[in-house]
Amino acid sequence: MSEEALAGTFEERAHLQLQVPGLATAIGRAMDTILGNRALAFAGADLEAMREAGEAIRTHTVASLPAYLERFAETARANGTNVFFAETGSEAVEYVRGVLRAHEARLVVKGKSMAAEEIGLNHALEADGTEVVETDLGEYIVQVAHEPPSHIIVPAVHKTRGQIRDLFNRVHGTDLPDEPERITKFARQHLRERFLAADVGITGVNFAIAEAGSFVIVTNEGNGRMCSSLPHVHIAIMGMERIVPSYRELAVLMPLLTGSATGQRVTTYMNFVHGPRRPQDPDGPEEVHVVVLDNGRSSILEGEFRSILHCIRCGACQNVCPVYRQVGGHAYGAVYGGPIGAVLTPLLSGLERFGDLPNASSLCAACTDVCPVRIPLHDHLLELRRAVVLERAGVAERETFGLWSRAWSRAAGYRLFARLARVGQWPLARAHRIRRGPLWLSRWTRDRDLPAVAARTFRERRRRS
Amino acid sequence: MPPARVALFVTCLADLLFPEVGEATVELLEDQGVRVDFPEQQTCCGQPAFNSGFHEEARRMARTLLAAFEGAEAVVAPSGSCAAMVRVYFPRLFEGTRDEARAKTLAAKTYELSEFLVDVLGVESLAGSLHARVTYHDACHGLRELGLAGQGRKLLAGIEGLELVEMARPDACCGFGGTFSVRLPEMATAMADDKLDQASATGADLIVAGDAGCLMHLGGRMSRTGSAMRPMHLAVLLAQARGLRAPGARR
Repeated sequence: MSEEALAGTFEERAHLQLQVPGLATAIGRAMDTILGNRALAFAGADLEAMREAGEAIRTHTVASLPAYLERFAETARANGTNVFFAETGSEAVEYVRGVLRAHEARLVVKGKSMAAEEIGLNHALEADGTEVVETDLGEYIVQVAHEPPSHIIVPAVHKTRGQIRDLFNRVHGTDLPDEPERITKFARQHLRERFLAADVGITGVNFAIAEAGSFVIVTNEGNGRMCSSLPHVHIAIMGMERIVPSYRELAVLMPLLTGSATGQRVTTYMNFVHGPRRPQDPDGPEEVHVVVLDNGRSSILEGEFRSILHCIRCGACQNVCPVYRQVGGHAYGAVYGGPIGAVLTPLLSGLERFGDLPNASSLCAACTDVCPVRIPLHDHLLELRRAVVLERAGVAERETFGLWSRAWSRAAGYRLFARLARVGQWPLARAHRIRRGPLWLSRWTRDRDLPAVAARTFRERRRRS
Repeated sequence: MPPARVALFVTCLADLLFPEVGEATVELLEDQGVRVDFPEQQTCCGQPAFNSGFHEEARRMARTLLAAFEGAEAVVAPSGSCAAMVRVYFPRLFEGTRDEARAKTLAAKTYELSEFLVDVLGVESLAGSLHARVTYHDACHGLRELGLAGQGRKLLAGIEGLELVEMARPDACCGFGGTFSVRLPEMATAMADDKLDQASATGADLIVAGDAGCLMHLGGRMSRTGSAMRPMHLAVLLAQARGLRAPGARR
């Protein structure tokens, strides 16, 4: 996606996405499939008890995050893994560049990582002349299309089969049909060569286990395993909150993650990395690096939005969001789309630029209902709206609510409002409907009729009867 | 013992734009032998201001409800959203203010109409007759904030001649969302069209819901696009089916 498409307001970006043919249909279909599978995955399970357990684990862990991170660094280093704490995105990028330089790396294969997307890692490495190849099929599709991922789990969810076929045929000079099997087979062959030639593999981290110094990468395509075991060097980028105390907690969170993300009881590949290759190991990387990314998370840790760090990046809130469903992730103007993005992006990147994202929700609360670790997402959106108002409310909006609330703080003012509205609407209303409203009401009447204030309101009727 | 007398929280939308919803609510409650008061100090629960982040402004309006329903045994509203604002968010809105206790008291005695009929009065079924094919929209705040689960459908089930046909995603948001509908009108309209496509696929004549806000939004879109379906509030439908009010009685 172009820089231009990422600029502007949510409303402007959403407008662009609403014009894309087939986009909402493609997303809706995918979401319905995932949600159907989710229902099957949790059928017969006590999902509420699972969510409660998941919430308790995340609450405990994030509340003691510094201690668990310290423990993880200790145990991981004892395993021979290099652990680097990056305070900012650029620190993380610099560290990765340093590792690449030390190994004179030309080719990097990459597993899906939202943290890497967050810090713009690919662009930075490509600017150095390094070739970076995404190896998750969906991520590869959006990389070839020069777009950011549209969804946490399903990066190319906004594209139809036909669009992907056309994209591949244009980029690779092939003549593929729009059969998923053929497209996938082509991508596999293409990527296999890159896996074998790569100098460094970069992946994300789903969970890091503090007591063991290990971490786990969850995929369905096995590409995470290839990235973490074939090249000589493996670098894993991990958001600092992606930690569990021990394997016991992992066992609770894993089915919540896979069930919520893709509707699977068990994922296809659950890849544990314990550290670099030991003498007795037949294969594996000689060097393993974990970059623990802060990038604004510490500041969230201290405040009322801490529970957003409980997120396990399953994407379920995106799957149920009726706003996301219409426009996908790109409308949110940053890496994370949907409700998680509407909360997280303003917190990570500032209210000044992303203060309108908390309004990109009808507050239907479907996100809160589905979240596997029970993050009160829609309440966070409400609180963020409050924070935006306290920090930078526009004069017009403040005046509107001020006037309105003063007028309606007494029944007399409210009754007067009704009478004035009836006078005001007289030239506009036909058959109790207003087709063209003035001022901000025109934002309603552009595509919808507005009912006129009743000739006699309920209270007026009740008085006369 | 269920209360023999309740106060009506008519909601500003029903009062100003859909007075028949308020009247039907009174008719249904009286039909069940409940006396209905209408305290005139009430204006609005303040949800538009609250949801926009303007808490002081929201409290200014919300206080009219605290005063209006001070003496009521129970408060009934023909809206899941406005009832949820009072029950779920008033305690938070007034937290730490001198009105905190009053807000909690009001929160604990406020009900949405279908919830009051089924859960409080214990209505198992309403006998009545209305010939229509109906699809039912689960309005978000009733569904997820109040935890309403099927009270509306239960009340419809006893109506003779009424055929309930479910849409693909009856619990999906219609796109109203209060101020959302004017902050992001194009998005809200796209969401309405999604909902209306689902509804029309059922072949329904009527889209029924328990919230005037959703119906104003969906109805506004239907009348603009010339849809053959009509929006109808649950209270109006039930009052008509029970012969308490004439079909089409509006203004």
